[in-house]
Amino acid sequence: MEISAATAEAFRLLFSGEPELWGIIGVSLAVSGAALLAAAPAALVFAYMLARNDFWGRRAVVAVLQGLLSFPTVAVGLILYMLLSRQGPLGAWGILFTPYAMALGQALIAFPVAAVFALSALQKNPPLLRETARTFGAGGLRVFWVEMREARFGLTAALLAAFGRVISEVGCALMVGGNIAHYTRNMTAAIALETGKGLFAEGIALGMVLVLLAVLAGGLLSALQGK
Amino acid sequence: MRLVLLCFTAAVCAAAPADELRLAATTSLDNSGLLEYLLPDFERRCRCKVRVVAAGSGKALAFGRNGDVDALITHAPEKEKQFVEDGFGLFRRPVMENDFVLVGPPQDPANAGKYADIAEAFQNLAGKGRFVSRGDDSGTHQKETALWDALGGRPEGKWYVQAGAGMGRTLLMADELRAYTLSDRGTYLAFRGKTANRIVLQNDPRLRNVYSVTPVNPARHPHVRGVLARRFAEWILSAEVQRRIGEYRYFGETLFYPVSAD
Repeated sequence: MEISAATAEAFRLLFSGEPELWGIIGVSLAVSGAALLAAAPAALVFAYMLARNDFWGRRAVVAVLQGLLSFPTVAVGLILYMLLSRQGPLGAWGILFTPYAMALGQALIAFPVAAVFALSALQKNPPLLRETARTFGAGGLRVFWVEMREARFGLTAALLAAFGRVISEVGCALMVGGNIAHYTRNMTAAIALETGKGLFAEGIALGMVLVLLAVLAGGLLSALQGK
Repeated sequence: MRLVLLCFTAAVCAAAPADELRLAATTSLDNSGLLEYLLPDFERRCRCKVRVVAAGSGKALAFGRNGDVDALITHAPEKEKQFVEDGFGLFRRPVMENDFVLVGPPQDPANAGKYADIAEAFQNLAGKGRFVSRGDDSGTHQKETALWDALGGRPEGKWYVQAGAGMGRTLLMADELRAYTLSDRGTYLAFRGKTANRIVLQNDPRLRNVYSVTPVNPARHPHVRGVLARRFAEWILSAEVQRRIGEYRYFGETLFYPVSAD
């Protein structure tokens, strides 16, 4: 019965230009964007190494990486809490309950997602591609670039999947962010909060805003990757 | 990866504001909006920023024990006293109180409403109606288990449902299951429009819900902002803030009664 009210509320929220909402969106975008920026290069290089090298234990590494896709974000948050707590080994950093801790957690969550999908995209590249590039005198870095370009659609999908996973996760953000107003309260934490207050329409409205953002991000990325 | 982590640390050290109080507050209190109403005054006076981390009392006390926050406002008296006794808190002072209410189906199948005594009502619930427990070690859950313990033990059986959820979700679950539950008054008021369940028993003195402030002991955790935390406790216990707490209205009703008068 509240769905229609929630939809109306979502559009009202979006177009009223409420600073509170834009602040929350800002936290979400900054944290998840930073997480992706940190995780993506490492994940792409890691996937490339897995795709192009055959070494002892490679299958095990891939299996673990794939298993990490199912790692519950709340468990990532809990482990990170124990590491970053003042009692924990990284307590001296003093970053618990800050956006930095959230971004760190989300980077850890994004890494396996981006790496697994990037690996599968790179494995679809024809083996001839590499040989051809080599024949034309391309060095290691050049070959890497050629392979990335060839697989760009799959790699974009990998980054989008990773972004979708982190911008929509709530377990880790709540645990190491602490849902602090105007500071670590992102979209999902705000939804959890509104639900706790019994303000369901606001919660669903925020969820719709989140989906709209994801659609925009997807559109932007596919515009960037070209034809 | 290591480089990334280093960048994080550098950025953090540069960004950490000098004066910032981390306050762990129980979820029901955070949801009530009282802190948003009170805190700007303190932030002005101390020229600092208060970061409120909402967590159930059990979790809030764990944050304090680990030195991850500077002060606590919780509602679990026994655990708070233990916290101070163990040397983790400087002191514990009651700030305000309200009460818990027994919520249940309007038809009241277990006739809990005919008792004035929560113990009798609890005793008669077994088997006649279902009961949803928070089951999450929050202050409300501790109050509930203390009431059962006084009756000789925690219930078992299909009628006793352990939700493992916050108060709002527990109220919704109780409503769906046509079951009883113990709720703080504030969350009940916020969810009144969403459930058919109503208050069946209230005003038993045993249902008092006392919120206390506890600054974390800097002797235990040197980085804790002890001076600021102590100042915060003094501020919230001051006559003026106590008066403002009493004036706060939630859905048109008084939600908190200051207790520092005595």
